[in-house]
Amino acid sequence: MNDLETTLSDFGAAELPAAAAARRFIEAAGESVDIAYRVLDSPLGRLMVVATPRGLLRVGFDNEQGVLDDLAERVSPRILEYPARLEGIRRELDEYFSGRREHFEQTLDWALIAGFRRRVLAVTAEIPFGAVSTYQEIARQAGQPRGARAAGQALGGNPLPIVIPCHRVVRSGGGLGGYAGGLDRKEYLLRLERAASRID
Amino acid sequence: MKLPPFQSLLDVHRHEIYRFLLASVGSNDAEDCFQETFMAALGAYPDLQDSSNLRGWLFTIAHRKAIDCHRRRRGIPLPVGELPETEGREDPHVADQALWGRVSALPPKQRSAVVLRYVEDLTYRRIGEVIGCSEAAARQNVRAGLRRLREDINS
Repeated sequence: MNDLETTLSDFGAAELPAAAAARRFIEAAGESVDIAYRVLDSPLGRLMVVATPRGLLRVGFDNEQGVLDDLAERVSPRILEYPARLEGIRRELDEYFSGRREHFEQTLDWALIAGFRRRVLAVTAEIPFGAVSTYQEIARQAGQPRGARAAGQALGGNPLPIVIPCHRVVRSGGGLGGYAGGLDRKEYLLRLERAASRID
Repeated sequence: MKLPPFQSLLDVHRHEIYRFLLASVGSNDAEDCFQETFMAALGAYPDLQDSSNLRGWLFTIAHRKAIDCHRRRRGIPLPVGELPETEGREDPHVADQALWGRVSALPPKQRSAVVLRYVEDLTYRRIGEVIGCSEAAARQNVRAGLRRLREDINS
């Protein structure tokens, strides 16, 4: 390599303002981007919250892998970490975890929920704070009285845990049932709601 | 088509795209070109047919934005007595100011080819993909660019 080539390779630019430029890009593009996300700290560990311009699309626990990759494939790869769109749900989750909120008011985007699962989750969304229902009862209300097992599966695939309170569905015999985020989390949420209800 | 979330493209490639643009258009315009590059990329992203070389795809867009920038600059008459920007710019990020002013003034394909070769360390085949020519032509563009830079320096 001769002198000129060496000099060209030594362009420099060790510290570029690329991170700041990327932030400005997100500020400009985030408002209308197909999918915006943000990671929140919570008593249940890190939560990923994701929204389209239509509403809240997904809540993910940190034990779930590839949440964004999955959304890129199923909904749109136009995905940016744009926290401003998730400010409302951040505040509501904060209030919920500190026992000061019983209902979530965020508009939901049901794009990931269709068919029987949609009926199951729509019914589940109506279970009041602090109360519980059973897989059997949810299946009945969703129009399949013998579909307790199918209802359990539908709940296991809830893309909006906590906000659509699938943790409030337990076994008829009193058992806890299952939870995609792990039974510890389910137990935590039920205990949190029982405690908050007692104060009222 | 399986495409990664756009955020990861921004995270992984922002630095090299910014560096490419800084070398191609200078610091006064690098920021604007960066915004235009990623805005255009975001718009076209879902329709992308081939996800095997996202880095090259971003460089292609940046290459075109740098060309647009130079065209715009030529269209704006400079105030009397002011030197062209590429001559007297003070660029804190660039090691050899005068040399990079000359690189910036190269014909578009030579400019991008030289920057991609020496700043970004791309192979001639990849350079060809970015600027839209064969591997041999990419090599030729780098060589012609170097020749012109040497002539400029010696004149």
